[in-house]
Amino acid sequence: MKAKIHKFEQNGTYILLDVNSGAVHVIDKMIYDLMDTFTGENDEETICAWAHAYPEADIREALGELHELMAREELFAPDIDVPPTFRQHGLVKSLCLMVAQDCNLRCKYCFGDGGSYGQERAVMTPEVGRAAIDFLIEKSGPRKHCEVDFFGGEPLMNMKTVKAVTAYARQKEQETGKKFKLTLTTNGMLLNDENIAWLNENDFSLVLSLDGRKEVNDAMRPDVGGHGTYDRIVEHFRRCIESRKGGSYDYRGVYTYLRGTYTHNNLDFTNDVLSMHDAGFDILSLEPVVLKDSPYAITEEDLPRVYAEYDRLVDAYMERRRAGHGFWFFHFNMDLSNGPCVAKRLSGCGAGHEYFAVAENGDLYPCHQFVGREGYRLGSLREGVTRPELSQYFRESHVLNKEKCRDCWARFFCSGGCHANADLFHGDIREPYEIGCAIQKKRLECAILVQSLLALENNKKEQDA
Amino acid sequence: MKHIQTVNKPTMQKSLKTGGCGECQASCQSACKTSCTVGNQVCEK
Repeated sequence: MKAKIHKFEQNGTYILLDVNSGAVHVIDKMIYDLMDTFTGENDEETICAWAHAYPEADIREALGELHELMAREELFAPDIDVPPTFRQHGLVKSLCLMVAQDCNLRCKYCFGDGGSYGQERAVMTPEVGRAAIDFLIEKSGPRKHCEVDFFGGEPLMNMKTVKAVTAYARQKEQETGKKFKLTLTTNGMLLNDENIAWLNENDFSLVLSLDGRKEVNDAMRPDVGGHGTYDRIVEHFRRCIESRKGGSYDYRGVYTYLRGTYTHNNLDFTNDVLSMHDAGFDILSLEPVVLKDSPYAITEEDLPRVYAEYDRLVDAYMERRRAGHGFWFFHFNMDLSNGPCVAKRLSGCGAGHEYFAVAENGDLYPCHQFVGREGYRLGSLREGVTRPELSQYFRESHVLNKEKCRDCWARFFCSGGCHANADLFHGDIREPYEIGCAIQKKRLECAILVQSLLALENNKKEQDA
Repeated sequence: MKHIQTVNKPTMQKSLKTGGCGECQASCQSACKTSCTVGNQVCEK
């Protein structure tokens, strides 16, 4: 049966989410209990079921409030089907350019085989990069905003192509009216003052990779010689962040954020988030590692510990915010009132239909994680998309077409999880990776809780003012 | 209301008719890069 509501309690706060409207209600314990029984049309049954615990008059009052929510379509809102706004075929809006399938680190959890993706180490030529921009312009049709992420391996190992492609994209903006948002994901090893100045001048968003505490980072992110990298990298990142102060940078426009990975070895990862904040960075993300058959993998047995750690992170996040020195944690950001439309919630990451990865040789894959995976090459910049049926299969692999997703309460928030992870664990992009789902749901609860607490605290401030 | 505080003004149902412009930021569901999970995004309109 399709989940219409989801309720949870965390740190003494009771939350009720209406899945099909996105309405979030902070409720008392009585409503929380009543929702075990109440279906929208069984008031008397609900009263009978809970008469042992609450006075009848109170239950009737609470039911009256629930009916008010229903009248506003903020409780048991109608089921959502594929809307006409979800185009039958995707328009490409984003490319990931594997400008260097080579890397100067040897991170122990790397999904890209140390940057090579199981292929020869190689870098993308400027010609291939420019052809990718032409492909994006053509395939994005009337869409104005396009995105290019310079990725690797380590993209700063191939600044020649990064610069050539950027110049070409900026030139094409003038000619076509398109607007390219550029992002670069770097491990920071080559992030020197010259590169920083150039990236700033060209309005690059930056994703800077660091795993938190020095000992955690150095254990997982050694250089090619096996040496720790924390001290070198943090120094580069500090200079980068310092150079961007006062500029028009925020977490949604042109942004700079630190992202890391936690593994089975640091399930106390709140300490890593706080370590990054204490080191002077305040737009942060930390993600669970995704590995199969590895000592670093997060296991089902780890989940209770992971859940407890997210609770601890919520406490730390709120404590620092309330004290006036907060930080952004990416997965707690959620705009409850102005979130994505249903069409976007269905298209999700867009891998394979709105989003492609371009390998260094110009081959097209559904996303960066699929690069080099047998059976997922979609074509090339030279040939175009030669497997439109596979592209369409990705487009149609949305939550309403996945058996395990269509009934899940989180379906419109996670959009079905990562296809690459599903393929890794099950060989089927429509079979989600269970541990990823479990952690995602916990993070969503935390995000909803955080945003609810902040909204209530803002309301109170306004009332007191 | 005495028992319920609604903290947002949801737009999901409305967006069944008005969404789909596709101008929003690309998202990533994996754990490896910008990882902008859909739920954490905003509408660009």
